[in-house]
Amino acid sequence: MQQETIEVSALRKRFGATVALDGMSFTVRPGQVTGFVGPNGAGKSTTMRVVLSLDAPDEGRALVGGRPYASLPRPLSHVGSLLDAGALQPSRSARNHLMWLAHSQGLGARRVDEVIAQAGLTGVARRRAGGYSLGMRQRLGIAAAMLGDPPVLMFDEPFNGMDPEGIVWMRKFLRGLAGEGRTILVSSHLMSELQDAADHLVVVGRGKVIADTSVDELRAAASGDRVTLRTTAGPAAMAVLERAGAAVIAHDGDTLTLSGLAAGQVVTALNDGGVPFSEVSAHRATLEEAYMELTRDAVEYRAVGR
Amino acid sequence: MSAGTTTPVRPDDAAGAARFGFLNGFASLLRAEWIKFRSVRGWVIGMIVAVVVMEFMGLFLAQAHVGCQVSGGPAKSGAACVQPMPLGPGGEAVNDQYYFVHQPLGSSGTLTVRLTSLTGWYGGNGGVPAAPSNPLAGLQRGLQPWSKAGIIITDSTKQGSAYAAIMSTGSHGVAMQYNYTSSVAGRPGAVGPASPRWLRLVRSGDAISGYDSADGAHWTLVGAAHLAGLADTVQAGMFATSPQHTQVTQFVGHSQGQISPSLATGVFDHVRLSGGSAGGGGAWTGDNVGSNQPFGPGSTQAETFHQAGGRFTITGSGDIAPVVNGMGSGPTASISQHLIGTFAGLIAVAVVAVMFMTAEYRRGLIRLTLAASPRRWRVLVAKAVVVGAVSFVAGLVAAVIAVPIGAHIDHVNGLYVFQASAATTARVLAGTGLLLAVMAVLALAIGSMVRRSAVAVTAVIVGIVVPYFLGVAQVLPTSASEWLMRVTPAAGFSVQQSLVVYPQVTNSYTTPNGYYPLGPWGGFAVLCGWALVAMAGAVYLLRRRDA
Repeated sequence: MQQETIEVSALRKRFGATVALDGMSFTVRPGQVTGFVGPNGAGKSTTMRVVLSLDAPDEGRALVGGRPYASLPRPLSHVGSLLDAGALQPSRSARNHLMWLAHSQGLGARRVDEVIAQAGLTGVARRRAGGYSLGMRQRLGIAAAMLGDPPVLMFDEPFNGMDPEGIVWMRKFLRGLAGEGRTILVSSHLMSELQDAADHLVVVGRGKVIADTSVDELRAAASGDRVTLRTTAGPAAMAVLERAGAAVIAHDGDTLTLSGLAAGQVVTALNDGGVPFSEVSAHRATLEEAYMELTRDAVEYRAVGR
Repeated sequence: MSAGTTTPVRPDDAAGAARFGFLNGFASLLRAEWIKFRSVRGWVIGMIVAVVVMEFMGLFLAQAHVGCQVSGGPAKSGAACVQPMPLGPGGEAVNDQYYFVHQPLGSSGTLTVRLTSLTGWYGGNGGVPAAPSNPLAGLQRGLQPWSKAGIIITDSTKQGSAYAAIMSTGSHGVAMQYNYTSSVAGRPGAVGPASPRWLRLVRSGDAISGYDSADGAHWTLVGAAHLAGLADTVQAGMFATSPQHTQVTQFVGHSQGQISPSLATGVFDHVRLSGGSAGGGGAWTGDNVGSNQPFGPGSTQAETFHQAGGRFTITGSGDIAPVVNGMGSGPTASISQHLIGTFAGLIAVAVVAVMFMTAEYRRGLIRLTLAASPRRWRVLVAKAVVVGAVSFVAGLVAAVIAVPIGAHIDHVNGLYVFQASAATTARVLAGTGLLLAVMAVLALAIGSMVRRSAVAVTAVIVGIVVPYFLGVAQVLPTSASEWLMRVTPAAGFSVQQSLVVYPQVTNSYTTPNGYYPLGPWGGFAVLCGWALVAMAGAVYLLRRRDA
């Protein structure tokens, strides 16, 4: 698999009085799934449209494999994308939908039938796409994105409207594509959807990047790590742990909730102090919580701005 | 679906770019747009509807019948009612009526005359003389523009014979005319006692040359005619004739025409004929060629000639010219008449062409289209080629069915169908296809610019169909409707014109009569101009705007 990046640098774009992109810059690297996450209106779709040369930025530029998208001779062989699963002529069959797209890239019917089979649409490919369920449309959109077997793939909100089974399937699908060395950019306004799918995250708000980080780094940076301790010797435990540097957040019967120390440190301190306990559990901050914290400002800004 | 995709479909970049060159790329794009078109059943049906509507309107709605009944006899209809019009050597219908003073001429010879006067009368009272005893009573003095007197060599006195003539006219100076459709201008100016016109025809086999002169000494060649298959012995002599007087009055909402007969009188002297059967000294015979009824109902014969010494005074009425479509042309039809449904077919075609673009905007499909082909103008051009080609086929098929069947129906119904040459017929048939094709491209471009079907279809109807109706329906003053047929895209309908404008025949050459102001290709060029401008605007906006 030829490896190509998506480079977005200093994109600015206004729609009338609304600032859609305000210096958006990031790079999407091959071999991993990059989650593109932010509240609705943060500029995710606009950025993807700019990458595909559909929208022109006021400033800045976007490159795919070091080249502007519009200069690619057969663009679908470089970038596959699914922006909107509903972008179909309803009276056209799925097969014909893929057929015109394939022919526009100099590809033929054989490739169309391959992606139809991969998307699991073989039995329904000659039916009107207008009769498809949302899930089937998503599969058709993915089949279209895969037509040119591209090294770069972009999906805008692919989890939208998917049932839990579909979400699991989609995560596995995305990870599989990344495993082949492809460059994958997946947008979502819900961090929970990207959990277990993304390796890297570009968190955006108000048209610019808030965080460009690996999933592990984001988790670690989150301030919300907690340790839960179950003990019958509450006061003794509190004394020992506070001396070791922990802060007790809650005390509810036998259960103490602490922050400031990792679970291992808590166990060591209690053992050193001879305090009995029945259970110590680490509670890692969810990506969701970390994300909410990061994007709170952006959301609030929008709420005020409207 | 598994993530694994193993088929190598992407050649390495350099080779891919080279293999996927400009033409290949565009051919692929054409194929893609063609698949898009044919895979939406509604659009294919729309094109079929266009053909069906054109046939229905052309063959069932646009029908004229001729009926007649002799008192006490059975009612008749169609060809049984109509006297066939005389046909000229080229097969076209002709008017062939003139007063002819003639004698035979052999295969070579020269006829020379001096014309000293050309005067005329016309009926200001609908052509009905006030007093039957005096055919000129109630008439006004005056010539028609193409009143004519001069000399003629004709195959025979039968209507529609091959001929060549040189003459002086009411207001077009000297002209040499032959075989009805050809006319060449000679010395300008009116004839009169102070400014006589010398006229000469020289026959040599099938070739006849016409000369004019102001003094009978210095001659100018006006024109030469080649009359294929001219008989050895022909008739040569002097003639006078005058086409009907036409007066058109413009009202708001319509125009009204009044037709009345007219007479022209020419006075000749210095008549010299060499090569005549009697050595030039034969007797002159007067014939009112082609006249089955005398001038004016109930009148005494006005058409006549007097000979006094070497001086001939000849009075005639009629014309020697092709029949044109207009007032007083009788039960006629043009081959284009059965294409009247083109405007309705156009509406169906325009809706499809508009949708071909706007449907993509409605669903956001345009983003996929432009992502697949970032060089946007090529998408628009590919769409234009596809929808244009399909529309061309629809128009061509509709015309190829409607024109011959319609002409046959007209013929059975007793109408004279104006003859159209093979080239003209081919132009009308292919032109109907081209007309729909270019209008489809225009509609596509408008659809691309406004992005909304209803707005675009409305624009097409207001911009093309409405001006067309105003142009053909005689609701505006002629000048206004002619203006519409010059500047709006409706000018493109001109390409369906099958009738020929003859400058030597006075007629109301207007759109309702089947004559477009710019002629077939001129009007079509106006439409093409509109389509080009719209396509340029559509390309500009498509490139400039976000998808």
